[in-house]
Amino acid sequence: MATSLNGWTGKILHIDLDNGCVDVIRPESGIYHTYIGGKGLAGYYLRPQVALPWDHPRMPLLVFTGPLVGTAAPTSGRSTIMSRSPLSGTIGDTSVGGRLGFQLKRAGWDGIIITGQSKTPCGIEIEDDKVQIVEAAELWGKDTATVFNLLADGSRSVATIGPAAENGVCFSAVMVDKHHVAGRSGIGLSFAVKKLKYLSVRGSANVRIHDREKLHVAREEILRLTAASPILMGQHGFSCFGTGSIYDLMDSRRMMPTDNFRKTHFGRASELNAHAYKKQYDPGKHGCMGCHIRCKKIGRSGKHTGASMPEFETMSHFTALIENTDMDLVMEANTLCSRYGMDTISAAATLACYKEISGISDLSGQLVQLLEEIGLGSSDLGRQLGKGSSNYASSHNQQTTSMSVKGLELPAYDPRGAYGMSLAYALATRGGCHLRAYPISHEILRKPVATDRFTFSGKARIVKIAEDQNAIVDSLTACKFIFLGAGLEEYAGAFNAVTGMTVTAQDLLKIGERICYHERLMNSLNGFWAKDDDLPDRFFVEAGTSGNGIEIKPLEREAFLEARSRYYRIRGLDQDGRATQEKAEELGLVWKNS
Amino acid sequence: MEKLLKKYALKLIAAGLAENPLICGLDDEVVWSRADDDIQVLEQVLAGMNINSLICIEPADPYLTIFRFLCDRYPETITPEDCETRTFLHDVPVISNFSAAAILAHLRRRKSVVVASGKSIRLITFGAVSLEQAFVSLSSVCFSAFVLFFADYLADRRQGVITEEQQRAFDRVTAQLAPPHGTTPVLEAGPFSSAEQVHRAIIEAGRFTVDYGLVDSYFGNISYRLDQTIYISQTGSSLDELAGCIDPCPLDDSSCAGITASSELVAHEEIYKNTANRAILHGHPKFAVILSMDCNDYDCINRGRCHIKCSKERLIEDIPIVPGEVGTGPTGLCHTLPPAIQGRRGAIVWGHGLFTVATVDFNEAFKQLLEIENMCREEYFARVRRC
Repeated sequence: MATSLNGWTGKILHIDLDNGCVDVIRPESGIYHTYIGGKGLAGYYLRPQVALPWDHPRMPLLVFTGPLVGTAAPTSGRSTIMSRSPLSGTIGDTSVGGRLGFQLKRAGWDGIIITGQSKTPCGIEIEDDKVQIVEAAELWGKDTATVFNLLADGSRSVATIGPAAENGVCFSAVMVDKHHVAGRSGIGLSFAVKKLKYLSVRGSANVRIHDREKLHVAREEILRLTAASPILMGQHGFSCFGTGSIYDLMDSRRMMPTDNFRKTHFGRASELNAHAYKKQYDPGKHGCMGCHIRCKKIGRSGKHTGASMPEFETMSHFTALIENTDMDLVMEANTLCSRYGMDTISAAATLACYKEISGISDLSGQLVQLLEEIGLGSSDLGRQLGKGSSNYASSHNQQTTSMSVKGLELPAYDPRGAYGMSLAYALATRGGCHLRAYPISHEILRKPVATDRFTFSGKARIVKIAEDQNAIVDSLTACKFIFLGAGLEEYAGAFNAVTGMTVTAQDLLKIGERICYHERLMNSLNGFWAKDDDLPDRFFVEAGTSGNGIEIKPLEREAFLEARSRYYRIRGLDQDGRATQEKAEELGLVWKNS
Repeated sequence: MEKLLKKYALKLIAAGLAENPLICGLDDEVVWSRADDDIQVLEQVLAGMNINSLICIEPADPYLTIFRFLCDRYPETITPEDCETRTFLHDVPVISNFSAAAILAHLRRRKSVVVASGKSIRLITFGAVSLEQAFVSLSSVCFSAFVLFFADYLADRRQGVITEEQQRAFDRVTAQLAPPHGTTPVLEAGPFSSAEQVHRAIIEAGRFTVDYGLVDSYFGNISYRLDQTIYISQTGSSLDELAGCIDPCPLDDSSCAGITASSELVAHEEIYKNTANRAILHGHPKFAVILSMDCNDYDCINRGRCHIKCSKERLIEDIPIVPGEVGTGPTGLCHTLPPAIQGRRGAIVWGHGLFTVATVDFNEAFKQLLEIENMCREEYFARVRRC
């Protein structure tokens, strides 16, 4: 391994909001080689404090880039925001696009560690080495659109919370560069508890590259593979229609969560698909820094001109899950969530839970008002729903109506239609997350090869390997979607070209394994174990909506538990899903906090 | 797991790639397809990688002879220039020592490794999602090696640099080639009027395309236009196992359900829009691919970039050869194939494969696929004789 640092800047910024102190951490190169960057490195700095309550002043809020950020490696403009999740209490991380990682890296920082709590609302403004903590009282209470209008001048990246976080919404998000969302885990609330309204970053330095020619070769290999991917670049794929292009597929495969997961087929889906949005709103392409796929779409027609088009999860949950058939209402809900700073998945799933408990048959007429009440905390109901579906359902003694894992609401893939997905949901370290292992790639999208979606056979190891891969992707940092075309084989080439190291795809997977285990270890420290690695009862006792020759049966509980036990063995956890000292040490992880 | 191992063992044997493949699958426990002395080393390989399946074969002839020759000629890395290698494999490392450390050093970096130890040849591939990945890699490596072997021979022959060893290998390999198929199967007669008929016809034609050796299982694609819908094989589907793997793709911009369709859907769409054809069949017949790469213009400014840059009008009889990469990128075959195939029975994409079309059903498309491949095979040996 090379000793000089190419790819990384070698500097991490520590800002203490208790006293306004700023200092620079210069990690040894071994720490970079062990944790890479992004969520891996953020996890390293979270670990010493992870057992503290999420709102403890010493609980760090971490914003980290990876070694590929700011280079020509495709889709590597992303960054990770991490803390302990206010929603679930697990580790809470979210990968976000836009230009935040790019600007941070060019400003000379591999990451930022924010500790302490400001007494008054503040913002952090970074321009290369210059770091300022500034008064932001006049922005407190303002929605994210207002903040972007005031601060985003095109030369910098801006990440901000909206009123939802300030009002204690547990699934509040951080909005980045207007159109990009750090949505899951309630990370916006981690900003708010520190009285941090926004982060603004502008950088001017180029990232040091070890071998530009080799990087060019790796880039060409990656681009060739993405061009060959119908899901990414085909005429029905993400580049043309955004992630909403899988809306039709999920319904046709009978796994579109409908009516709070009580059904898996939505009769009106064909009227609410990506083609319908394209005709209605004429969306244009927009992308994260360094991405040629440009899956983000921006409306160009009518009253939603300039608005972000909803991602697949938002399209699905704000229609099928709550049985809404008004496309314009989906646009309004999406815009409202962006303005108030809320995760659309959790918001819609919490409303679906409310709909089931309250027995209201049609939520459409109240949707906008309910989202406002949640985001603004302007009513008892809004404040209750703002705690998330798990808390809301528990407070009504109807826990089974919260379709969540570890308190994080489930995305728009019904696990009864993809058994690997069921395992991945249950085992994800941040709760009900589809992206940790993303089995949809092979169970539905056939990449890199197709697997039988109605079996647990072989899925335990597949999920484990995919988790390792996605952990390293989030640490490099790159976009997980490009791995529907390219692979770690090609990204190892890019990584080596950038850093001068000589790692293989399998070396990177091993680091991914360490990062995943580190997360399990941190969750174990906070009392998470097998009882939390589970799915809502509904999936084991109720069938989905069969049809078109596809039968959606309840999951077999025994088969699920057997597969989960296999996963524990493969991952090196004990039979209750807890991290073990032996495996932690084998992976080079510290077993006990000093 | 045992069922899966057996399935792929049979596929390898049926494809003529191996006679006694050694295969393993791994979830929480490893399962081998049979006992073998190699297992001890291969289990160390498994332990050193984050994977769930592995295949190790001694290739059957003619691949055995081909690999012996290529490993002697390229003792460190085999780098075929066909589309499969260029896009997915990148290159094929060669080692001489059947040890876990030597295998791991390369298999951790690439999808395959060839172990050439004396006369012994082993091909090793792996999967991290399923055994199918290992099978696909192995199939690709064998296809690429076959293409390289014959392409090298023709180029060397033209330049008068054939070695005795090369000639012996060539003679041995050609003597073992199966004779070309002289007759075509009778396929479901069209034109078709229902989706059910279309599905049946596609499944049948796909299976025969593999059975006739005109494509290796997993590659190629096939489609039929019925009114305003194209029925096309899904991405990454095996042409001999298409039941449940056919996507209906409406041409009226009403649905994205075709997102899992073949990466060549755009090219198929363009062909249907601009011609009266109803059926398209795409295989990777070996001699069509080999001949597409045969060019004696050694000073051409596009040499080395022929797959995307070749600007010459090249024909094998009436069949055009065009550049183009897989998919929809700026150098994708979706830009070059549709205009080239207009008014013709087929077209070859450089280093990739052959597309044929028909106006009624797959009988004509299949017949053309076979005839053009047989013509390319004859032409290959004619060129050899002319050198």
